[in-house]
Amino acid sequence: MSDFLAEQLSLATKQTGPEWLSELRDAGQRSFSDAQLPTRKTEAWKYTSLYNLSNAGVANAAPAAQGHAPVIPGLNGLRLVVCNGIPDVCSSDPEAMELVVRFTDADAEQQQAILAQLGKTLADKGNLFSDLNTAALTDGYFLNVAKNHILRKPLHIIYCTTPVTESGDEKFTVNTRLLVNLQSGSSATVIEHFSGEGEQNNFTNAVSEICVGDNAELTHYRLQLMSEGAYHISNCHIDLQRDARYSGFHLALGTALTRNDIVVNHNVGGSHCELNGVYVPQNKQLVDFHTNIEHKVANCTTEEVFRGIMNDSSKAVFNGRIHIHPQAQKTLAELSNKNLLLTNKAEINTKPELEIYADDVKCAHGATVAQLEEKATFYLQSRGISKEEAEVMLSFGFINELLDALDDEAIGAWLRPQLAQRFGRDDALTTHIGGDL
Amino acid sequence: MIEIKDLHATVEDKEILKGLSLNIGPGEVHAIMGPNGAGKSTLGNVLAGREAYEVTGGSATLDGTDLLDLDPEERAHAGLFLAFQYPVEIPGVSNLEFLKASVDAVRKAQGKPDLDSVQFLKLAREKCKAVNLDVSFLKRGVNEGFSGGEKKRNELMQMMLLEPKLCILDETDSGLDIDALQVVAEGVNAMRDENRSFIVVTHYQRLLDYIVPDYVHVLANGRIVKSGGKELALELEEKGYGWLEKEEQESGAE
Repeated sequence: MSDFLAEQLSLATKQTGPEWLSELRDAGQRSFSDAQLPTRKTEAWKYTSLYNLSNAGVANAAPAAQGHAPVIPGLNGLRLVVCNGIPDVCSSDPEAMELVVRFTDADAEQQQAILAQLGKTLADKGNLFSDLNTAALTDGYFLNVAKNHILRKPLHIIYCTTPVTESGDEKFTVNTRLLVNLQSGSSATVIEHFSGEGEQNNFTNAVSEICVGDNAELTHYRLQLMSEGAYHISNCHIDLQRDARYSGFHLALGTALTRNDIVVNHNVGGSHCELNGVYVPQNKQLVDFHTNIEHKVANCTTEEVFRGIMNDSSKAVFNGRIHIHPQAQKTLAELSNKNLLLTNKAEINTKPELEIYADDVKCAHGATVAQLEEKATFYLQSRGISKEEAEVMLSFGFINELLDALDDEAIGAWLRPQLAQRFGRDDALTTHIGGDL
Repeated sequence: MIEIKDLHATVEDKEILKGLSLNIGPGEVHAIMGPNGAGKSTLGNVLAGREAYEVTGGSATLDGTDLLDLDPEERAHAGLFLAFQYPVEIPGVSNLEFLKASVDAVRKAQGKPDLDSVQFLKLAREKCKAVNLDVSFLKRGVNEGFSGGEKKRNELMQMMLLEPKLCILDETDSGLDIDALQVVAEGVNAMRDENRSFIVVTHYQRLLDYIVPDYVHVLANGRIVKSGGKELALELEEKGYGWLEKEEQESGAE
C-alpha cells in the first residue's frame, strides 16, 4: 500500500462516528486497505496522475471552522453550509437544517432509512475514493423527500473549506457524504456547491448517492468553484426508478486536480436523464470527468452534453460511457462533447464510449476538439469588435449556450460573470458578456 | 469616397480579382452584377479584410485612408460595412450583447460619446422596428435559428446602428421572398443620403427595381468589363452575361 493510501486509511480509522454506521465504515476500511494507487497504466486514470495529490501531505484532520459561504443572489434557496465537513449553523437556514438530516443526529427511524440506501448505489461501480469516503464515514447529510411532496425551494448545500491559521497553509482532508432519496412522485432541486477561497491545497473527497423514485423529478446542480490549488475528487451516483426524471448540470471551474465520476443507472424503465456539464480549467489545472450511463432496462432516454474550454497549459479529460445492456431495447441515447483549446499548450483527452448490446436502440455520440471558427471571428471583427474581444465573446458563447438552458435563471446570472472573467482577464474585454445588459 | 485601383486578389493561390478598378463618389449607389464565380463576393470580402483573401496588387482607399493596411475591425471603424451573404450563427452570444459591443467599439474609435445601456436599448428597439424584426430577436443568439430573411434584416439593423460611410451589400437579395426584399430595400433606401455610398452586389435585376442604382457594373473574370447606368441592368436581364464575356475575350485577344 502506498504511503498516501496508508496515511488516508490511518486518518479515516482515527475518526470516530456513530455506532450504527460502523459496519459500513469497517467494510469501507477493508475495501480501501486492499486498494492500489492507480497509475498511468490503469485505464480509468490514464490521463490523470495522482502523483501530486499523493505527495501533497493532506492526510490531516480538518480543523473546525466557520467559512465564508458565497451567496447566489436571487436564488431564494435553503442554505445548508458545511464548513470543513461540519455544519455551520450560523450561516445555514434553520429550514434547511430541519429539512436535511445530519447522520449524527438521526433518530432510529432515520437511521434505518439511511442504512437502507447508503452505499447501495455505489455497490458495483465505486472506486477507491468512494471506498475511502465510506472508510471515513462518520457523518453525512440525508435529504429524504416524502412521497408526492414538491420541494418548492431549491436546497443549496455549500461545502466550503477554510484554513484557520493566519498563514492559511495547513493542509487537510475532508470527506463529505450526501444521500438523497426522492420518494415516488416527489420533486426537488438540489444544488451541491463546492467552494473554497484564496490559496488552499486541501483535499475534498465527496460522495453523493441519489435515488430518484418512481415518477419523481430531480434538478441537480453540482458546482465546483474551488481554490486553484485544491484537490477534489468526487463520486456522484444516481439511481433512476420507473419514469424518474433527472436533470443535472455539472460545472468544474478547475483546480490542481478535479476528478468527477458520475454514474447514472436506468434501473426500471421509462426514466429520462439529462446530463450537462461544463469545464473550464486554466493555468496548470486539471479537470477529469468520467461519466457512465447504465441503460439496464428498456425504454429509457439519455441526453448528455459536456463542453470544455481549456486555457493556458491546462488539461482536461472527458470519458463518456454509455452502456446499453442487452435487454435495454428502445433506448434513446445521445452524447455530445465539444471542446475548445485556447492555446497550443492546453490539452484535452476525450473519449466517448458507446457500448451497445441491444439491437433496437437509437444512439449517437460525437466528440470534437476545435479552435475558434475563423468565419465567426471575422464576422465580429467586421462589425468593429477587436479580435481579442471577439475571441472572448465566442469562447464565452460556447459555454453560455448551456448556461442559457439552466432552469434556474439566478444560477446562470451568477455564473456568467465568473465564467466570462476566465476568458478575458482584462475587464475591457468582458464588458459585453456575462452581464444582463 | 472609395477608390479601388487595379486590385488583384487570390484565394488559396487562385487569382480571383485580376485588376479591378472602381471609383465611387459620396452618395452614389453602384450595383455590381456578374455571373457565378466572377469574383463578386470576393470583392466584398477583400474590402472587409477577410484573412483568407490575399491582396496581391493594387490599392483601395476610403476617403484617402489605405483600407488594405487595416485590420477588419479598423475598416469598420473607418466606416466600411459588409452585409454578409451568409451571416454567421453564433449561439450563446446574444444579439444584443453583440450589437452593443459593435456599436461601442465603432463609436469609441470614431470619437463619439458612449451610449449607456438604456440609450442603446432604446436605439436597438427602434432599429428592430425599422427592419420589421420583433424585439425578441435582440435576446436570441446572434442569427441563431433565424430564417434567411431574418438574418438579412439583422444585417440591415446592424448597418443602421453603425451608420457606415460605405455599405457593401453582398447578394442581400439571395434567399429573400418578395416581401422581405421590399423591407430590406426600404431600409437601404431610408439610409441613402449624400454622404453614404453603396455597393450592391447582386445576381438579379429584381433587387435594382427597389434599390435604384446610379451605376451598374459587370464583373466578369475578376475585372469590371462593362459599366453603365441603371438601364444596363435591364439589358443584362435580357441578354445574360455571355455576350460580355465574349466581348471581353475578343478585346483581350486584340
